[in-house]
Amino acid sequence: MSFYVLTEKFGRTVLDITESWGRSWIFLFRTIRGAFTLPFRPYLLFTQLFQIGVNSSLVIALIGIFTGAVLAVQAEYTLAKFGATAYTGSAVALSLIRELGPVLTALMVIGRAGSAITAEIGIMRITEQIDALRSMAVDPMKYLMTPRFLAGLIAMPLLTSIFIVIGIAGGYVVATGLLGLSAGTFMSQMIAAVGKLDVYSGIIKSIVFGFIFGWVSCYKGYTCGFGAVGVNKATTQSVVTASVAVLVVDYFLTSVLTRVFYE
Amino acid sequence: MISIRNIHKRFGAQIVLNGINLDIEPGKTTTIVGPSGVGKSVLLKLIMGILEPDNGEILIFGKNITKARSERQRNRIRRSLGVLFQSAALFDSLTVYDNVAFPLIERGGHSRRDIHNRVLFMLEALSLESYAYNYPEEISMGIRKRVGMARSLITEPKVLLFDEPNTGLDPLVGQEVYDLIISCRQKWGFTGVVISHEIPEVFQVSDRVVMLLNGNIIEEGSPEDLMNTQNVAVRQFLEGRVDGPIKIQ
Repeated sequence: MSFYVLTEKFGRTVLDITESWGRSWIFLFRTIRGAFTLPFRPYLLFTQLFQIGVNSSLVIALIGIFTGAVLAVQAEYTLAKFGATAYTGSAVALSLIRELGPVLTALMVIGRAGSAITAEIGIMRITEQIDALRSMAVDPMKYLMTPRFLAGLIAMPLLTSIFIVIGIAGGYVVATGLLGLSAGTFMSQMIAAVGKLDVYSGIIKSIVFGFIFGWVSCYKGYTCGFGAVGVNKATTQSVVTASVAVLVVDYFLTSVLTRVFYE
Repeated sequence: MISIRNIHKRFGAQIVLNGINLDIEPGKTTTIVGPSGVGKSVLLKLIMGILEPDNGEILIFGKNITKARSERQRNRIRRSLGVLFQSAALFDSLTVYDNVAFPLIERGGHSRRDIHNRVLFMLEALSLESYAYNYPEEISMGIRKRVGMARSLITEPKVLLFDEPNTGLDPLVGQEVYDLIISCRQKWGFTGVVISHEIPEVFQVSDRVVMLLNGNIIEEGSPEDLMNTQNVAVRQFLEGRVDGPIKIQ
């Protein structure tokens, strides 16, 4: 392959990526703008809150309880080496509040609701339902994307809270019931270790992850390719992109929040 | 009247429309025919303002949809249009009743009672009462097209656009759709624009036929004019021959 062809290919790839990046930002801007323009359609937001929030709560609770239980076992095993099993409660709570709660909730919601949103919007795109909305003078951004985006932003912190509370309960049951820790020690160490800033850190993360969830799932559905293959590809891309983005952003957020809150 | 002036549209290196000029007369039905991939649906989307032309303009009753600066301005012009999509494009999550009521609810300015009465009237006019509470997945394609028609007519548009109205339907249901177009036009008196490659069947709903090929209009006239033309490409298309100037894409 000649140098000229390689350069052309490279240039085209850079242009495609830049264009796609630009489009996704314009898409985000139009989606957010939809929240501030008339008419407001609260029923659409409530429907999406139900789909994303209520319908995900059972699976979130289930994952939460077992994550907390596993954390208790792992923490107790490790801390026993240092004769510090009393700190099991604080280890479980801090891990869940600061890190595992927001991240695992986001990954679960992306897998469950994000893929559904992308597939739904993608199918609406390829069956001309989005064109039909536009032909009826209805803005598809405001009608379809804004409620889903806002619902993700609202539901994610709430689901994260459920995950954390149930996770701590799971850890408590295992630590006190199976590992022989006293309930008082578990609770008192947890209360002593967890501060307001830890909770803020978890909430900030979950809001940011809700933002990523809504943006990526809606955008991938809206820009879906043709036919069943297009929807398949868009759904896969949506889950992978949002999951990777959550983990990457989590690293940077953790670094920034640690500096801001704890140093 | 819809005036299409010197419309150019290309996708990448492919020129789809190359300077189209066309006047669509009010109260009449103009049918745009041509082989697959010649840009018929692109032209329809340009009229709807869903796509933007590279050059040229489209005026719908004097309002320039191609020069509209915002989606809001385009929406104002779109209010005079109704569209029956190829797949009917009904909203899966809504019942037939809700699909038909949707444009009225979204447009605003109607009381609940008014919307209910109008929807019932429309469902009755198109013999859809028994399907009112069915979802699109529960009804046949022919009924879906009828619901699509009811949804586009409920706002009483001046212009109704039909994208391949009987593609994918068996001959009987296809004929039913044509009969529906004819009876609805008699009842509501809209200007019709039909995109189709179903010839000569589509001629029964057409006052005027335009044939597109290679980005240009190669023939236009009454259905009879088209049937009797000596244009080689049109004859090839009408007779469905493989050999000739039209290359199968």
